[in-house]
Amino acid sequence: MTTQETRALTAAPGASPASLDAGSKGAPTASSTGPSTGSPAGPARRVPPRRRPRAWRWSDIAEAAGALAASFFLTWLIFNRLLPFRIMPLAFFAIWFVLFLPIYWFVTKDGQGTTAAKDRVATVFVMAGALFTFTPIVFVIGYVLYRGLKSLSGNFFTQTMQFVGPLAEATDGGALHSIIGTLEQLALATVIAVPLGVLTAVYLSEIKGPLARPVRLVADAMTALPSIVAGLFIFSLFIKPHIIGQSGILGSLALSILMLPTVTITAEQVLRVVPGSLREAALALGAPYWRSVLMVVLPTARAGLSTAVILGMARVVGETAPVLMTTGGTTLLNPNPLSGFQDNLPLFVFTQIRSSQESQVDRGWAGALILLVIVLLLFILARLVGSAGPGRRRFRIPIPGRGGRRRGR
Amino acid sequence: MQTTDPQGSVPSDVPEPPPHADEPRKLEARLTDADRVYRAVVSSGAAATLLLITLIGVFLLIGAWPALKEAGFSFLTEKVWTPDGQPPRFGVAAMMFGTFVSAVVAMAITVPVAVCTSLFINEYAPRAVRRSLTSLVDLMAAIPSLIFAIWGLFFLVPALAPIEDWVVAQFGGWLPLAEASATGGSLFNAGLIVACMTIPITTSIIREVLAQAPRHECEGALALGGTRWGMITSVVLPFGKGGIIGGSMLGLGRALGETLAATLILSIAFEIKPRILENGGITVASGIAIEFRDAKEMGLSALMAAGLALFIVTFAINFLAAMVVSRSRSGAST
Repeated sequence: MTTQETRALTAAPGASPASLDAGSKGAPTASSTGPSTGSPAGPARRVPPRRRPRAWRWSDIAEAAGALAASFFLTWLIFNRLLPFRIMPLAFFAIWFVLFLPIYWFVTKDGQGTTAAKDRVATVFVMAGALFTFTPIVFVIGYVLYRGLKSLSGNFFTQTMQFVGPLAEATDGGALHSIIGTLEQLALATVIAVPLGVLTAVYLSEIKGPLARPVRLVADAMTALPSIVAGLFIFSLFIKPHIIGQSGILGSLALSILMLPTVTITAEQVLRVVPGSLREAALALGAPYWRSVLMVVLPTARAGLSTAVILGMARVVGETAPVLMTTGGTTLLNPNPLSGFQDNLPLFVFTQIRSSQESQVDRGWAGALILLVIVLLLFILARLVGSAGPGRRRFRIPIPGRGGRRRGR
Repeated sequence: MQTTDPQGSVPSDVPEPPPHADEPRKLEARLTDADRVYRAVVSSGAAATLLLITLIGVFLLIGAWPALKEAGFSFLTEKVWTPDGQPPRFGVAAMMFGTFVSAVVAMAITVPVAVCTSLFINEYAPRAVRRSLTSLVDLMAAIPSLIFAIWGLFFLVPALAPIEDWVVAQFGGWLPLAEASATGGSLFNAGLIVACMTIPITTSIIREVLAQAPRHECEGALALGGTRWGMITSVVLPFGKGGIIGGSMLGLGRALGETLAATLILSIAFEIKPRILENGGITVASGIAIEFRDAKEMGLSALMAAGLALFIVTFAINFLAAMVVSRSRSGAST
């Protein structure tokens, strides 16, 4: 009898003292207070199995698999029997997906109700959206590798296009002139944009003068300045009035316009995470402002500032539209960026790809591969440098609005 | 003894100060000369940034003035682009139409996909891969638009061609949107490529805003028995509304200014038509990239007017978007 009593008690954990008394009188009363204990002498109430809402049960898997199969065969039926198509994989998958959603909806709704069905279908939808984002990047990198490796050869880095006719093999000639042009223009653009960008960032985070608000808004808005407008600006400022002919330096100027907001915004984020106590310590020790910035704040943010520079370079190295208008483009090797036409890797790709000769198109893909490799290297370098420094924060290609996060705190 | 001290009370265990400590030491709050130089240099750097953008706007306006004066109001309504002809006829109507159509196509794909991707990374993906997925999105944002454009030209457009041809054949007869005499170099395809470039940027912003949805509210929703989707619709999405709008607008700004996708994919045609699957179209950016070589006096001025129009539109959109995003971050919208 004692065991039965304890069972009755466990069946009704929230039982009041009164029901405890009732329980001591006999099993039948106890069972009336406890929630459905079944027969008095019977086994304890069966506790329903613990349900983890995010774990998959066999029935869930069966529902999904059933819906997948049903929609697959329906699609197959449509393609093979109803419509006079040859099977196109892309369209097949699209129709399969479109049919899968409602079928899955009805199956789960039948089994588990509307709320669960909504959740399931939404999950599928969200995953499909993510797949849509991540598929292109795999295809882009894969396709560039596939096309580029075919016509990449050693002389791509050592020869120019000077003596290469339009009918030459894809492996003839090279892009030495373009690679040199890209490196020089990138270096010049960095030299122009970085000091200006860092100064602006210092102004925004250290001085916080009256210009801070408009400058930040303008820098935010400038990140999406159409690159062609930067090119048009330089073109009509220097080239059309014949002040300076098309040359590498003008390409650098146009690129530096595009680089400036990236460097500014990233550098400002970096400077903002430098602890204020360091600044205060420097000032308390009697350092003037300029020394506290130059010898405490900037060195502390060293790693982050390097990241800002690298991200700026990654942002502009692949820009085609502005250099199209400003550097001229040539097949000759011209190491002097200050005068004469100069080529550039994106421009090389652009001109080769647009040609109607298959071999030139192939050569363009080799250039695209080199360009992609440069961008990937810069990207990885930015990650490594950014994660090594004392800030230990990851910095990304800045996006307008990001700068406003800690404003006013 | 201590009451006369102007410094106020001094703890008793401090040794008695030497007699000359009664005078407060001199504090200098003014800037040194070197500090003035530093402030001047840094401020001029910031002012140069501000000046640069103003200069671009003003210079474009000055350069565009002859064309704007010549064309007058018809600059906004004229479709033809023969600025160096006699008499010059030109306007941005066709260019702007193409720009907006390709941008709308791009955004129609970008917005749902970006929201789904952000939700996936934040709420669905296993914690272990979350950071790698974020990195992948950032990497996608770093890939030059030229590479997306040539990939689109050689891979995506040929892959989609049979489907587009089928759509045109089946629906072209009665749906003006799907009508086309030839497919391939269409505004729709250009917009599709542009979407590849706007998705990572938009996703990056939306993901960051949605990640800031208050965790305790999310957990509260789950604890009340809500499904994951219920939690998303009742907590995460309402919280991130501002970020979604702002991120989409930033993506739109990118889409409007994108040059290469349109230059490489579109077959040039200065016309306004609802048939987005049909070959032919032009955008402002690609128009400038294509026409600048042969432009003479009036032609260049007209191109600068077109560039100015693009500049104003993108700048306004970005400005608004940056404001919306930064406001949504501070939690003002919730």
